[in-house]
Amino acid sequence: MREGRLLPYLLIAPSVLFLTGLFLFPLGQTALLAFQQGGSWGLGNFHRMADDLNFGDAMANTFKVVLLAVPLQLALALAMTMMLRQVRRGRDILVWIWSIPLGISDLAAGLVWLAILTDQGWFNSALFQLGLISSPQAWLTYETPLALLAAIVIAEIWRATAIVFVILLAGVQLLPKEYEEAAEVFGATAWQRFMRITLPLLKPSIQTALILRTVLAFEMFAMALALGGRNFPVLVSEAFNWQYQSQDYGVAAAYAVLVMAISIAATLVYLVALRVPAEQRA
Amino acid sequence: MNPRPSRFDRALFFTGLAVLCVWTLLPIYLLALGALGGRDIVSQWPKPFAPFSVALDTLRTFLAIDGVWRATWVSVKAAAMTMVMALAMGVPAGYALARFRFRGSGAYRILILMTRAFPVAILALPLTVSFIRLGVYDTPFGVALVHAVLATPFATLVCASLFMGIPREFEEAAWVFGCSRFTGFIKVVLPLALPGIAAASIFAFVLSWNEVFAASVLTVRQRPLTAFLLSVLSESPLHLQFAGGLILIVPSVLFIFLVRRRLFAMWGIGNR
Repeated sequence: MREGRLLPYLLIAPSVLFLTGLFLFPLGQTALLAFQQGGSWGLGNFHRMADDLNFGDAMANTFKVVLLAVPLQLALALAMTMMLRQVRRGRDILVWIWSIPLGISDLAAGLVWLAILTDQGWFNSALFQLGLISSPQAWLTYETPLALLAAIVIAEIWRATAIVFVILLAGVQLLPKEYEEAAEVFGATAWQRFMRITLPLLKPSIQTALILRTVLAFEMFAMALALGGRNFPVLVSEAFNWQYQSQDYGVAAAYAVLVMAISIAATLVYLVALRVPAEQRA
Repeated sequence: MNPRPSRFDRALFFTGLAVLCVWTLLPIYLLALGALGGRDIVSQWPKPFAPFSVALDTLRTFLAIDGVWRATWVSVKAAAMTMVMALAMGVPAGYALARFRFRGSGAYRILILMTRAFPVAILALPLTVSFIRLGVYDTPFGVALVHAVLATPFATLVCASLFMGIPREFEEAAWVFGCSRFTGFIKVVLPLALPGIAAASIFAFVLSWNEVFAASVLTVRQRPLTAFLLSVLSESPLHLQFAGGLILIVPSVLFIFLVRRRLFAMWGIGNR
């Protein structure tokens, strides 16, 4: 067909134009904004970013949350996936319940955990009724940095394990059963089958899930604002403050570029560390 | 199969399942208690775990606050526009990826996958300036434009996989009977792909409904609900924040229920 040569280009043209104008172009603009100051090139914005009082904290907090939450999410999601494989009846309802957090934003998740962990919240009420505390305890202040970090990690695990779970479950459903059955015939225990067969076969899904989750975890900020306010700065909340309260677009852009660089670095690490052999690619 | 698992193992297994369900649902239940428990529950200590008095007071007070209804309405408008844009661009592009082999399709896929690797912050910041110049700053349409950048690639990939699942022969048969490519698509392919497309558009809606950063940076007065809640976080009393959180969560939970059968098709393929 003659129309067949031009047609695909016509069909993708709207989205190409759109993504060029609203994605590639702003991407370049942010990079320019970050590396320019008063019309001249330089690293001025990055210096001002790094000299800021909150920068060290924001960097440390962001990495702490990501490094604690992401591995725990992967472990929990793997456990959920493996458990679901054993379930015969009621699978649908379990999948629905476990994937509910997929639809919950980090702001809403922050508010959920705020209700639980605030001074007179349900967590303290439970401790009180168990006789562990006698009066409301504060968990979310700068005086209790460990509790605040734990609260944010827990909230992050609560909210975002669902994405990892759904990606892994989709991957598990594609796995051929034969390998595991063969291993069983040869006497492998359940744990051996999981470690030697299921886990390696799931590597492509694990890689996808980790890349997506890590990139999104570096973007988390509304939850930190809801739970910790200004006591728990993270990289994106700093970008937000510089843009919004200080109206300093240059430093905000520097933060955005930093987050992007970290995301790309993390993606590359996963791509190399969890390399999928060509014959295993779908 | 294994030797029959012992009764103890089975009990442990079902406890595990139950614990995971409670872990997911209990926090939402507690937020709902805080939001619906009336004004008193916020100052009550220790707090009750059962809904002693469900009052719609807090929710009503919250909705009565100046700007909440408007914020909700802005959110709905922005999300609906995001959905329309994502479909308008994603359906044809997905069809192109599914049915044609053309030079540049690889580059196009890379462009689409790239959008996933970059934080929203990096887009929203410079767009503030250009949006002011174009006159779409502080409008639901402007917010929807940014959200569509996130939703379109997703819709494209989902549609591509949907169309690939529909045999080419169906369309060819339609052409034999005198359909053009366009009418063949409308009459044969689209009806078959419709449930999947509906699920994809629900995802686009939820994506926009939940997004905070771009929504906050690109608006001042016409704030979507997320941006509104974020801006009053430090000022408003707790029970109103809980009410806001509940209003944010309820539609998302319903949407996830509607598309639950397609979650895997969406995320399994959408993220590859």
